[in-house]
Amino acid sequence: MRIYLDFNASAPVRDEVADAVVAAMRTRYGNASSVHRFGQEAKAALDEARSAVAALIGGDAPDIVFTSGGTESDNTAIRGVAHALEAKGRRHLIATAIEHEAVRATLQALEQRGWRTTLVPVGRSGVVDPAAVERVIDHQTSLVSVMLANNEIGTIQPVAAIAAIARAHGAVMHTDAVQGAGRIPIRVKDLGVDLLSLSGHKFGGPKGVGVLWMRRGLAIHPWATGGRQERGRRAGTENVPAIEGLGVAARIARQELADAGPRMATLRDRIDTELLARIPGAAVNAGDGPRVPNTTNVSFEGVEGESLVIGLDLDGIAVSTGSACSSGTLEPSHVLRAIGLAPHRVQSAIRFSLGPSTTTEEIDRTIDAVARVVGRLRAVGGGRG
Amino acid sequence: MSGGVDSSVAAALLVDDGYDVVGVSMQLYDQERGDARFGTCCTIDDLHDARRVAAALGIPHYIVNLERRFEDVVVDNFVREYAAGRTPLPCAHCNSELKFSTLAEQALGFEATHVATGHYARVTREAGGRFRLWRGADPRKDQAYFLFGLTQAQLARVLFPVGDRTKDAVRQIAQARGLAVADKPDSQEICFVPDGDYAAVVDRLLPADRSGLIVDVAGRVVGRHDGVHHFTIGQRKRLGLASAAPLYVVRLDAGRQLVTVGPRAAVDATGCTASGVNWIAGEAPGGLVRAEAQIRHRHAASAATIEPIADGRVTIAFDAPQTAVTPGQAVVFYRGDEVLGGGWIDSLPST
Repeated sequence: MRIYLDFNASAPVRDEVADAVVAAMRTRYGNASSVHRFGQEAKAALDEARSAVAALIGGDAPDIVFTSGGTESDNTAIRGVAHALEAKGRRHLIATAIEHEAVRATLQALEQRGWRTTLVPVGRSGVVDPAAVERVIDHQTSLVSVMLANNEIGTIQPVAAIAAIARAHGAVMHTDAVQGAGRIPIRVKDLGVDLLSLSGHKFGGPKGVGVLWMRRGLAIHPWATGGRQERGRRAGTENVPAIEGLGVAARIARQELADAGPRMATLRDRIDTELLARIPGAAVNAGDGPRVPNTTNVSFEGVEGESLVIGLDLDGIAVSTGSACSSGTLEPSHVLRAIGLAPHRVQSAIRFSLGPSTTTEEIDRTIDAVARVVGRLRAVGGGRG
Repeated sequence: MSGGVDSSVAAALLVDDGYDVVGVSMQLYDQERGDARFGTCCTIDDLHDARRVAAALGIPHYIVNLERRFEDVVVDNFVREYAAGRTPLPCAHCNSELKFSTLAEQALGFEATHVATGHYARVTREAGGRFRLWRGADPRKDQAYFLFGLTQAQLARVLFPVGDRTKDAVRQIAQARGLAVADKPDSQEICFVPDGDYAAVVDRLLPADRSGLIVDVAGRVVGRHDGVHHFTIGQRKRLGLASAAPLYVVRLDAGRQLVTVGPRAAVDATGCTASGVNWIAGEAPGGLVRAEAQIRHRHAASAATIEPIADGRVTIAFDAPQTAVTPGQAVVFYRGDEVLGGGWIDSLPST
C-alpha cells in the first residue's frame, strides 16, 4: 500500500480532471484567439474555467489571468509591480522571512539590480505580526508580498490586516495563496489584496498551469511580451487543456472544501497527537499558530529528516523535509530557521501534508511507520551525515 | 552509485541475482557553489547518470547528503596531510569512514543487509565466520589497496559484485544492458580535486605562507619553493631547479619548510614504519609476518618482514629497496592476492 502525504508538493488528479484535459486535447485544439468556431470553442472553455476559479476565490472572472503556475504568477506580480513603480521612485519591496523560493529568489534578484528589500521576521508562532510590517513600510515601498499560508509549516498569515497597511501607504499588496487554495476559504475581496497567486497542481489540477488574480485597473509590467492574450495581461497561446483541468479542479475544490477542511484537520491533529504520545523527543513546529488544516511539521530528536524521508519511502510512505524545491541542498529550511528553531531541530524535521482523499487508515499506518523508522534510525545513530 | 560504469553494473548484477536493491548516491560537495568547478566524479551530471541507471534497472534512487562529513573526514585530512609534508590517500579514508561506515550505518537504519559498491575487490567468508579480503580479478583495475582499513564488522556487510570480473567484461555487461554509462570514461583523479591541482585545494582551504628552501642531501641550499605541499617523494619534475644530474624529492619537512632533493639512489628506502594499522583478520598477529608490502596503489607489492609493535604500529623491512616510500600513503600487506592489512606510512623522524 503506497501512502501519499506530500500534498503540499503536489496532489493527485481526479479522473474528472484528467478526463477534461484529455478531452480538451482531443477535441478542442483550436487557438482561443482564432476567429473561427474552433477558436470560439476554445475560448468558451477558458471562460468556464475562469468562472470556476473566480468562484473558488470569491473574485470576478475578468480579473483572473491564467499563467504557467505559481512561480510565474509570483514573478509577474513582484517584477511587474517593481518595474511599474520604479520610475516613481518607489524601490523598496517588503516580504516575509518565510516566503516560498519563487518570491524570495525574485526579491534577491531585484536586490542585486538595486532594489531595497526587507524581509519581515516571524515569531515562533510562524505568523507575521502586521505591526512589524507597519514598522518597515515607507513612502518608497512599492510592493508588500505576504503568503496566505506557508508551505512548510502551514501557518496562515494575516493578509487582510497587512493589505490595509499597504494600501494606507500607497503600496501594492500581493499574496501567494498557492497553499491556501482548496484548504481554506479564500475571499479575495475581503483580503483587500491587489494580486493573488494560485497554482493548479496544488489543488488537484494539472501541473504547468496557475492563476494570477489582478485587481481591476491595476497596471503592471508584463511577464513577457508577445500577443494580447488574457486581455493583454499575459502573452502566449493559452494552454487550453491544462486550464480546463484547472477549472474542473477548482470547481471540485470549492464544492468539497466545507467537508474536506474539517476532515483533514481531524486527521492532521491525529498525527500530531499520536506522534507526540508515541515517540519521545518529537515536537510539532509552529503548531500553536493558525494553520491550514492539512499540514504539520514535526521534528524528531536525534534523527536526520532526510534519512527519515528515505526510510518512510522504503516503507511506501511519501512525506518530505521542508519544501520540494530545496531538497538536495545542505541549506537548512529558511522557514524553520525563521521561527527560531535550533539547528538540530531544523535538521530533524519532516512535513506531513494531507489531502481530501487521505484516510484514517493511511494516517494510522503512517504513525506506526514513523515510530518504527525513527526507532531504527535512532538505534544506528540517527542517520546523520 | 557514482554514475560510473562499475557501480552501475554492480547494481545490475545484484538485481539479476534477485537482491532487493536500493540505489544510493552520495552528495559530497555543494554543486551550487560558485567557486571551483568541483571534481571529476559525483558531480551533478554524475548524479543524473546514476539516477537514470537506477530508473533503467527499476530500483529506487536516493541522494544522501554527506557533504559535512566528507569535508570533516576526507577533505580536512587531505589538506592537513599535505600541509604536514605528507601525501594523503583520501579514497581510503572515504571508504573506511564514509562509504563503509556512515553510509553503511544509514543502510542499517533502512534495514539493508549490505552495502555494495563497484570496487574491484573480493570478499570471502571462512567456515568459522571470518571474512577475508582479496584483490580484484582484473590486475589493472584492482582496488583492494584502498580497502585495507575495513574491519571484520564492515566486511560482513559489503558486496563487491564486479570484483571477480575484468573491466572489459563489466563494460560489455553495461553495453548489453543498454546502460547509458557503458562508454563513460573512468574518473582518474581524486574526485574533489579539479584538474589534479592538489596544491590549489590546500592553498584555498588552509591559506598560509609555506615558502621555504630547497636543500640537497648535504644540506646546501639549492633553491626556493612555495610550500612542501607542492611536492611528493620521488618527484622529479617541476622542481624549478637546474642541475646536471636529475634530482628527486627525497624528503619533506613541513616543520622547517624544507624540501630535500637528491640523486635517484637517495629516494630508495629499505624500510619504514606505519601507524594506524588495520589487520583484516581483526587483530595483529603475534610476532613477525612475512608478506608482500605495497607502498602505493600503482606499485608492485614486494617481499617484506613486518613486525607489529605497540600502539597499532609496525616496522617494515623490505627485502629489496623500495623507491619513494611516501609518508601519508598506505602500505598494504598482501599474501598473494589476499590483503592481510595495512597502515599509514609514518613521516621520517626529524634529523
